[in-house]
Amino acid sequence: MSDAAVLAVSDLTVTIGTRRGPARAVAGVDWSVRAGETLALVGESGSGKSMSVLAATGLAPRAARVTGSVRLLDADFTALPADRRRRMRGRHVGFVFQDPMTSLNPVLTVGRQVAEAGEEHLGLTRRASRARAVELLDLVGIPSAAQRVDAYPHQFSGGMRQRVVIAMALACEPDLLIADEPTTALDVTTQAQIVELVADLQRRLGTAVVWITHDLGVVAGIADTVAVMYAGRIVEQGPVDAVFGRPGHPYTSALLAARPDPGGGGGDLVTIAGAPPSPLALPAGCAFWPRCPVRSDARCEHELPPLVGVSPAHHVRTFYPQRTDGEGHEAS
Amino acid sequence: MSAPTAHRSEGQLRRALSALRHDPLALTGTAVLVLLVVVGVAGPWLAPAGINDVDVDRMLQPPSWAHPFGTDELGRDVLSRVMVAARVSLQVGAVSVGIALLAGVTLGLFAGYYRGWLDNLLMRCMDVLFAFPVLLLAVAIVAVLGPGLLTAMIAIGVVYTPIFARVTRAGVLSVREQVFVRAAVSIGASDLRIMRRHVLPNIAAPLIVQTSLSLAFAILSEAALSFLGLGVQPPAPAWGRMLYDGRGFVTDAWWLGVFPGAAIFLTVLAFNLVGDALRDVLDPRQLTVNEARRSTG
Repeated sequence: MSDAAVLAVSDLTVTIGTRRGPARAVAGVDWSVRAGETLALVGESGSGKSMSVLAATGLAPRAARVTGSVRLLDADFTALPADRRRRMRGRHVGFVFQDPMTSLNPVLTVGRQVAEAGEEHLGLTRRASRARAVELLDLVGIPSAAQRVDAYPHQFSGGMRQRVVIAMALACEPDLLIADEPTTALDVTTQAQIVELVADLQRRLGTAVVWITHDLGVVAGIADTVAVMYAGRIVEQGPVDAVFGRPGHPYTSALLAARPDPGGGGGDLVTIAGAPPSPLALPAGCAFWPRCPVRSDARCEHELPPLVGVSPAHHVRTFYPQRTDGEGHEAS
Repeated sequence: MSAPTAHRSEGQLRRALSALRHDPLALTGTAVLVLLVVVGVAGPWLAPAGINDVDVDRMLQPPSWAHPFGTDELGRDVLSRVMVAARVSLQVGAVSVGIALLAGVTLGLFAGYYRGWLDNLLMRCMDVLFAFPVLLLAVAIVAVLGPGLLTAMIAIGVVYTPIFARVTRAGVLSVREQVFVRAAVSIGASDLRIMRRHVLPNIAAPLIVQTSLSLAFAILSEAALSFLGLGVQPPAPAWGRMLYDGRGFVTDAWWLGVFPGAAIFLTVLAFNLVGDALRDVLDPRQLTVNEARRSTG
């Protein structure tokens, strides 16, 4: 595990022009991921977790304005011309998208699709790229890959398709794998297999992984560090044990409390009252204060809380960091 | 979304072909087209007489065993002329639709893929072309380029370009939002590669349908241009031209107009039957209707 970050994002802001005015999807986010490490970006829909990753890799929609700095390997990624960016992304970053049913082209064989990146970036011949596709399909655990390479996506189950998508993402042996809710569309057993597959591949290939999810169970199992996002900002960031064991932000605590408990009988799920604010009209102060159980003074409403360290690697954006033993609050 | 996509991909063409086999209208249309192609290719050898064998002793004879379609005012065998003219019609159809397909698909692909000002520019130009009545525009183009087979084909090709551009653009707009296109972008595939490998194959179905229907219209347009004297020049035979030449004899020699007219009618009908049938089997919404019908009926 080297110390240099594979991808480092600092002060990343994404503003999307909409008909009803600019929507701030991501507001000044910093995170980085090193080789062999897994960063989990956690948050509800619309919290900016996917958008921050898409913007960092140059895949933001055209209506989006992206500022801030992105370093991919040793390059200033945002300063590169578009064509260099495209090639660098294709060569060094692999993507796994949410829905394996739609992320494969229905009219091409899986082999051709897995081979595509290799042909484009490694200059492999048709023959060599086919051999490579068989190798990759084998690597992601597709049985009798040599025959399946000529099959079409509809001949695969959801879990097998997601394996194909992972094979596509790994085609150029990327330094970074971005998994955008890759298990959300799969049933629980398959989810576990895909999570295990990615973890195993990461161990063997030393790839850095950014895992975007709202499934905290998955995060606990695979992540080294976690960044919890709310309304475009990181509200808590740190090693997974620290963040889950001693959550410092009331939002993180609420998220953890809202997890369904398989052993806990049939009680109602704990919910967080209210809804996240619209990115078109964010509150002036802390975006979470309207729903916050510990808000207590006017600062919450008017002032953005600073990101404070509760331990060297564990940061929380709140005026009231919760006590490190996870019981009660310092001030309330 | 995923269900019909998965459905369509199941050897789409094979499914389509097997569905066509059970459709009597499509089979009839296909049979007529096959016959037409055979006559178009081998017409000059199959024809019982030369197309320019003038024989004033036999002029304006009604259909008989010797001349099943009768003879014209110069004593030429109408059957032979109709057979040889089939080649002209097919040629015009194929070449002009080929031009329209190539130009329209290219323009529609770029417009739909890049959107923005390019889309606006290209599609507004297509709208301008679309605004003219088909024949008027074709006549104008022929007037500029001069009459003849080649210019007729170019003119018809230009006239039918906008419809292909629109069909293509509409397909591209929906396909380019699919996740697999985003996936292709993410692995760094170039725009041209994405258009060629990921977008185009997924919009083949509406294009195949449009092609078969346009062939019918192109052949009809050629007949109209020939009728106006702007297509194939005499003495070479063309169905439209033969109609024109026969119009003076409508009361005395009906066979001069009826047989070339019937040839046009049958050809256009055949292309339309096949086109409609293809649309039924290739359109996913129609597909479910048909399957619902089959399962209940």
